[in-house]
Amino acid sequence: MKTTTALALILMMGAPALADEIWVTNEKDDTVSVIDTDTLEVIQTYATGERPRGITFSHDYSRVYICASDSDAVQVIDPATGEILHDLPSGEDPEQFVLHPDDVHLYIANEDDAITTVVNTQTRKVVAQIDVGVEPEGMAVSPDGKIAITTSETTNMAHWIDTGTQELFANTLVDSRPRHAEFTRDGSEMWVSSEIGGTLTVFDTATQTEKAKITFEIKGIHPDRVQPVGFEFTEGDSHVFVALGPSNHVAVVNARTYEVEDYILVGRRVWHMAFNSDRTRLFTTNGVSGDVTVIDVAGRKALKSIKVGRFPWGAAFRPTD
Amino acid sequence: MTGYLTALRAIVWREALRFVHQRERFIAALVRPLVWLLVFAAGFRAALGVSIIAPYATYITYETYIVPGLCGMIMLFNGMQSSLSLVYDREMGSMKLLLTSPLPRGWLLLSKLIGSTAISVLQVYAFLAIAAAFGITAPPLGYLTVLPALVVTGVMLGALGLLLSSFISQLENFAGVMNFVIFPMFFLSSALYPLWKMAESSELLHAICAFNPFTHGVELIRFALYQQLNLPALGWVLLATAIFSLGAIRGYDPARGMKGRKG
Repeated sequence: MKTTTALALILMMGAPALADEIWVTNEKDDTVSVIDTDTLEVIQTYATGERPRGITFSHDYSRVYICASDSDAVQVIDPATGEILHDLPSGEDPEQFVLHPDDVHLYIANEDDAITTVVNTQTRKVVAQIDVGVEPEGMAVSPDGKIAITTSETTNMAHWIDTGTQELFANTLVDSRPRHAEFTRDGSEMWVSSEIGGTLTVFDTATQTEKAKITFEIKGIHPDRVQPVGFEFTEGDSHVFVALGPSNHVAVVNARTYEVEDYILVGRRVWHMAFNSDRTRLFTTNGVSGDVTVIDVAGRKALKSIKVGRFPWGAAFRPTD
Repeated sequence: MTGYLTALRAIVWREALRFVHQRERFIAALVRPLVWLLVFAAGFRAALGVSIIAPYATYITYETYIVPGLCGMIMLFNGMQSSLSLVYDREMGSMKLLLTSPLPRGWLLLSKLIGSTAISVLQVYAFLAIAAAFGITAPPLGYLTVLPALVVTGVMLGALGLLLSSFISQLENFAGVMNFVIFPMFFLSSALYPLWKMAESSELLHAICAFNPFTHGVELIRFALYQQLNLPALGWVLLATAIFSLGAIRGYDPARGMKGRKG
């Protein structure tokens, strides 16, 4: 008994507490910065391919996938060592992607080719290439894995892909320059942000029809600067935090009433974001100021801005225990 | 010892009574920084955020930036106000009564300083409360940690007021104090704009700002409001306080100071 207690104590006291991490791609530095979610400091910087943008982890967090846009590849990195393991065939200029719930298929938006490429991460083979609108970017997949979404920035559409047949089954118009798409956890709604349109459109997944449209207005800032890009749902899908680009603000939207409740000042040209494990803190990538702002989700306040590389773009969470 | 305490209590009480009876003074003391905060800062709103500088950990609005400077402004005006009241006392003859006290001049001046600083601090807290009501807040603990910084800065500016009052012989000359002391001290400081911004336009102005003790008082308050101690600023403020106090004691010394004064 004593030994067990002593062992437990040693484990508790002796073992270094591993904090969770936020990984941030630095578009102009060709690196990824790793931020400790407890100390809020950069603890590691790893080299990547050229112009890293989209970033996501495998479901067991043993692999990190990064869109190295100018290297025309999706790179697979071992998060424990930062070593680039291999590249996946991604098609040209991959910008954003989404990992299917099967943990195998990556749906990749090829910005220059107007296609969505589906890659099997195990066989490292392209499974399908789907013609979509011009400049595809935003990618989402429904929680049941049956629908994938690609938004095309120039065609101004959300393209609905049946993942069973890898074919489009619907196209819906959205406001100008759609950049990001997300499904709610229950899959009943699909949200799309429009950068130039300055809106967030909510679709009913079952009918693919528009359910609501959210607009933004920040006191003292010209409407042209209010450009919604990345967004994330809070715990329980009650609220959505929306990055508003060069307005340097993140909006807090009530996901039930579709009303904007708050605006939080962050760094310059905020684009994407990631939550920590319990979604109490949000990390936003601020491209122009080259930093990541940490937001206290409950208090809706910016706590700290952390310097990372040049033009941070994407962000992803990784637990370490 | 009781004599000392009686004098302290009497002088502080007189300051307090004077302040309470001059309700307009209290209102004016609050309106002035509030106009700066809600009107001037609105023009310079910087909705896109002021670049990160210590002690701030992230981007802030301009309103947040100027709050410590406006706290300093309240104390600066209060210091000058107490200087004005001393000149008034001298003109009215009540100063003679005070100075006939057998207690050391230094003690009388210190009592006056304590009284005016206490009032300054109260005014600053009233201002911070109104600012908070408008959503311009600091970390909760900051409101406590700022207290010593306010006291030290208040004493420094009060001592400056005493020093000036030893040179001003007539109330009419007070306009000169406004033009040659308050305005330069306030505008040539970090109260309204960060020092790096000043350095961008003129190295000379930046050097003057960096020399200005008011800048260091404001920075001491700014850091304390965010639970940090700015040691160089504290050192600078203490040094300035010592110089102003010694000057004031000397100025009020009947053997040396007040020469050429007719009151």
